[in-house]
Amino acid sequence: MSRIRAFGYFWWDFVVGDDWLTAAGVVLAIGATALLVHAGGLDAWWLVPVAVAALLWLSLQRAARA
Amino acid sequence: MTSWFLFASAFLASAVEFVEALTIVLAAGVSRGWRSALAGLGAATLALAVIVAALGPALTHIPINALRLVVGGLLLTFGLQWLRKAILRASGYKALHDETAIFARELEEARGARGETRAGLDWYGFTLAFKGVLLEGLEVAFIVVTFGSTQGRIGLAALGAGTALVLVVIVGVLVRAPLARVPENTLKFAVGAMLTTFGIFWSTEGAGADWPGSDAALPVILACVLLVSFAAVTTLRRQKPVVTA
Repeated sequence: MSRIRAFGYFWWDFVVGDDWLTAAGVVLAIGATALLVHAGGLDAWWLVPVAVAALLWLSLQRAARA
Repeated sequence: MTSWFLFASAFLASAVEFVEALTIVLAAGVSRGWRSALAGLGAATLALAVIVAALGPALTHIPINALRLVVGGLLLTFGLQWLRKAILRASGYKALHDETAIFARELEEARGARGETRAGLDWYGFTLAFKGVLLEGLEVAFIVVTFGSTQGRIGLAALGAGTALVLVVIVGVLVRAPLARVPENTLKFAVGAMLTTFGIFWSTEGAGADWPGSDAALPVILACVLLVSFAAVTTLRRQKPVVTA
């Protein structure tokens, strides 16, 4: 069990790292883009770049405060 | 343009990881003997080749939009980690990566470790080199497989990584010391920006949106990512409290 946990932790750390809020924000931004394209008929190519800039900025501010 | 981007990204990302792996192999070789260190290096390289060879073709069976959505999302979270750390280093909030200091620390730890022989090899030296190369190399394998599969050009991505490997090995053999003069922090900044750029591009395409200008949007995204990053470095430097004696 501890090996499975260690394996899971390794991949979590590898992909997500120490800022899960940014990773969650990325997932939300991609999901919102897909929703706008498929349900709203809007070509929302601009949403992910704008979200990434905001997420990066917030993440840096959190790190700087810490 | 995309091919050049793909090759350059795989090359730069791999070069950074191989420089780090070289430091660990050097520490293992100098302190525990070259036989064990080189055996660890060989075993890890083989394991990485198997991972790329197994995952690469498997990913080509996934529909391209689903693949771009998942891989783009993964690259974006992964790339943002690199970029965030690079910006924090450049603005003075995080210590710069120093291969000489890392080499000295690894060497001290390896020299102090207990000796144990397994299969005719110094086990500490073998596992130190194996783990170091495997862990650093996994990032390379991840980039080669994700970049290559989304573009349908795993061979080109592997060529970028292979070129970096050959270059680092040649320089490492010639210098026989950690490659401290490689501008690693700058390279990490560039790689973070490239990974984030590809992540933004592919995840948006995978979500079903179309970029204006199609592939021509890639350099524009990269320019925007760099602009935001440099602005962040400048702002964070200004925000940094001045320490007085």
